[in-house]
Amino acid sequence: MKVNNEKHNEPLIHLTRRAYMSPWKALGIRGIAIVASLIVSGIVAFILIEKLSANPERIFDFYKCFIDGSFSSEGMAWKFFKNVAILLCIALALTPAFRMRFWNIGAEGQVLMGMLGAIAVAKAGASLPNWLVLILMFLAAVLFGIVWAGIPALFKAFFNTNETLFTLMMNYVATYFVSYMLLVWVPSGNAMGIVNQDTHIGWLPTVIHNYFLIIMAVLILTGILFVYLNYTKHGYEISVVGESNNTARYIGINVKKVILRTMILSGALCGVAGFLMASGLDHSITSTSVNGQGFTAIMVSWLANFNPLIMIATSGLIVFLDMGGSKISEVFDVRGAMPNIIIGIILFFIIGCEFFIRYKINFRKKETVATNSNPEPVPVPVTDNQEANTEESNDEDEMPEIESSDEETNEETDEETNKKEDN
Amino acid sequence: MEERQIALEVKKVSKRFGQKQANKDVDLTVYRGEIHVVLGENGSGKTTLMNMISGIYFPDSGKIYVNGEETVIRSPKDAYDNKIGMVHQHYKLIELFSAAENIVLGMKDEEKYDINKINNRVSEIASKYGFIIDPKKKVYEMSISEKQTVEIIKVLYRNADLLILDEPTAVLTPQETQKLFDVLRHMKADGKSIILITHKLNEVMEISDRITILRKGEYIATVNTSETNENELTEMMVGKKITLNITRSDPVNPRTRIECKNLCCNSKEGLPVLKNVSFSVNGGEIFGIAGIAGSGQRELLESIAGLQPLTNGEIIFHNPKENRPVTFFHKNLKQIKELAKEHKFHYEDGSEVDLSGLRDSEITKLVNDEKILFNEDEIMNLRDKTPLQIRDLGVKLSFVPEDRLGMGLVGNMNLTDNMMLRSYRKGDSIFVNRKKPKHLAEEIVDELEVVTPGLSSPLRLMSGGNVQKVLVGREISSSPKVLMAAYPVRGLDINSSYLIYNLLNKQKETGTAVIFVGEDLDVLLGLCDRIMVINSGEVTGIVDARNITKQEVGILMTKVLTHDNQQEVTEEGGEANEGQQ
Repeated sequence: MKVNNEKHNEPLIHLTRRAYMSPWKALGIRGIAIVASLIVSGIVAFILIEKLSANPERIFDFYKCFIDGSFSSEGMAWKFFKNVAILLCIALALTPAFRMRFWNIGAEGQVLMGMLGAIAVAKAGASLPNWLVLILMFLAAVLFGIVWAGIPALFKAFFNTNETLFTLMMNYVATYFVSYMLLVWVPSGNAMGIVNQDTHIGWLPTVIHNYFLIIMAVLILTGILFVYLNYTKHGYEISVVGESNNTARYIGINVKKVILRTMILSGALCGVAGFLMASGLDHSITSTSVNGQGFTAIMVSWLANFNPLIMIATSGLIVFLDMGGSKISEVFDVRGAMPNIIIGIILFFIIGCEFFIRYKINFRKKETVATNSNPEPVPVPVTDNQEANTEESNDEDEMPEIESSDEETNEETDEETNKKEDN
Repeated sequence: MEERQIALEVKKVSKRFGQKQANKDVDLTVYRGEIHVVLGENGSGKTTLMNMISGIYFPDSGKIYVNGEETVIRSPKDAYDNKIGMVHQHYKLIELFSAAENIVLGMKDEEKYDINKINNRVSEIASKYGFIIDPKKKVYEMSISEKQTVEIIKVLYRNADLLILDEPTAVLTPQETQKLFDVLRHMKADGKSIILITHKLNEVMEISDRITILRKGEYIATVNTSETNENELTEMMVGKKITLNITRSDPVNPRTRIECKNLCCNSKEGLPVLKNVSFSVNGGEIFGIAGIAGSGQRELLESIAGLQPLTNGEIIFHNPKENRPVTFFHKNLKQIKELAKEHKFHYEDGSEVDLSGLRDSEITKLVNDEKILFNEDEIMNLRDKTPLQIRDLGVKLSFVPEDRLGMGLVGNMNLTDNMMLRSYRKGDSIFVNRKKPKHLAEEIVDELEVVTPGLSSPLRLMSGGNVQKVLVGREISSSPKVLMAAYPVRGLDINSSYLIYNLLNKQKETGTAVIFVGEDLDVLLGLCDRIMVINSGEVTGIVDARNITKQEVGILMTKVLTHDNQQEVTEEGGEANEGQQ
């Protein structure tokens, strides 16, 4: 009963979304991806890095670089954990917004503004006691972060503007605002020096190690945020708003309020990251102090599926690869893009394997190619007909779903335009 | 008719989506130069059939002949190659492009890059059939009817001889509809064939040459418009009465629970979707709402739930309250004495209050001590209240919306979290309490026989019927005073459907006012106590479900009102009802 399908060529490959995969199988796929990424990156490095092609036996040094990059000494290990902490802190800040499907890509600017606030207070309060200055710095950093995140949130809540563009643009404003403030503080145009280098006013005290307080603070924050997002009413509201605005309205959630509240939290946490960097690490500021971590943090949060606890691992992975890359360029005397190529390959595999976890790949069944030899097809009873079709019903199941989601998006866009008109 | 040429012939076409047989052995013959209407209720498979003719779906079995030749249509491009074009219900235009740019989009035509030529050709087509269009106008500046014109010209530009229009009049005003019909007549005179999908019987009678009726995916008949009438069409559309075995008890203690007066609201496009809708629902009855999909049912329920802003009207809720103390805040001493004479008050033990022989000071003391009680419904206006305000007022209103996973539930959350949606705010703690929702989820799974991979697996993995059981179960669990359910059995199998009917019946027995929006007339007639029929946002009749036939409801569903005779028609609906008695 393939009469009508004679010319109907099913595509060679098509994808269907998996409903469910056991965690162990998913873990297995991820494991395979990591092994594959190491093999491929090794091959690429072997071909591209001269010192490696000449001495094939050094391939183990190549892999060892990753470990050495982060853990070759106690100092390096502290640095590793410090880097993880800062990146994690920014990713934590983004996560409440992301759970709400509010794509805040303005962490770069929000952290920078937080730093600016903290540094400004440290400069102004050089004669005050250290504990007071630290508190004021913290408050200023949080306030600046809130303002920088709150502006796009207000516009989103009341005018339904696109938050992605808005938060992105706010980054540039922040960068140039800091440049301007630097010119005000250092009219000569030179880099700004370390603030209060002699008095250490506005510096985080050293406990155990310079970085210890930062690491502990971020760890505590991670725990708090995990509880906040998963076990509080606020966290629940964030999830509902993120999943469906209509459901949120239906159960009486004030969507505007949730957007504002969540973005204030997001901005405040960015401010905290800015405070930690200003008071615990840099004690100074440049327009590039955040160094792209505001964007890297987006990846950290996404990779962890917005789960703060898993984000410890994902931020660790990113920093680990990054520091390993630096080590490779040092050991094998390669510069520029080479370490980034290696990191890129590894991330490609690790992120790419998620595709295989979410989708199933179906190949064309052989039977559909079979041709019909009977030129005058005999009418087939209906029951046979249905039987023959059930085997294909899988593919067709997808059809109405696609159709319906299409309609949904239509409706959504309609609603959006409507909102705009209302306003 | 016989000598006319056949433009399209569809023979025994079937299509199945998973469990659902959307089309089963459907036949359709369309001649050159005719306007052919495909008529049927929602879900009767009209659009599926058209999608197969226009290449969006591929039929499971059956054949399509174009101009007498067997043709395989695999894609919309194949359809165009066979000179078949479809105008969909949802327009697919690029807002920032001009009309002409949208029209040539996707064509493999070298001339595509000569915009002046295209503009001229578009104007040519427009003037030939009587369209009014400016080819240079951007789509975002256009009205709905202009966008429709662009879609139709898009099809004509590709030299289609067979046009399929899917409910083209649904979004048009009566004047625009007339203009469209003039254009269609021009096309017909030019030898084009037109397949029109519509629900509106008066339009069918006005414009069509022949009519094909589908019901529940099956072909019923093809008739000549000149040889039929609206009653006959309605009967073919809705079918003969099927006796359903739904128990229906008499309403218990019917007291007005919710009153809607002159509700009006507008759609996203600014067109009125509810026009002066008035009705009242009693506690202890099931109040059915019948009507073709998109007649305003959704907006009506959403406006009661506080989700849809009204432009006019009142929603009065009678909140049943018992044993409320009499206070001087509402009534003075004199009024209290008078009401007491009318036996309105009672003491805590239920005995009647007799104020004769009591001094004023004694009465004052009794009132101040809140000893004198009365039973009276609290009257509240729910208009312009948000869902939260409605709940804070103590109004127990449950709503099973049409869009289960888009509004009533969250597909990515698990059962427990979905149970919390309504109740998570309870208590002062900042933390959510998942104990009770989890317990409720277990109860619902147990009692309603919900098939689920587990309480912690996301809801979207469950089948439609089970998702619906969860939603209805949750909404009923709060023991509502008003329960609104929109298409609660859509897509459910027979057993699940009956389970839902029984749940609604149980609610009715406990004195809840149940508002049931349905599409299957057999069910509406078998389950409800009263049925309100609406069409295009207007009430065409409120009838006693025990004494009315499907045909009569069907006629009300498709009846078009003009604003002057609305009153008259409502009365007519009542008469039809009386006639049955």
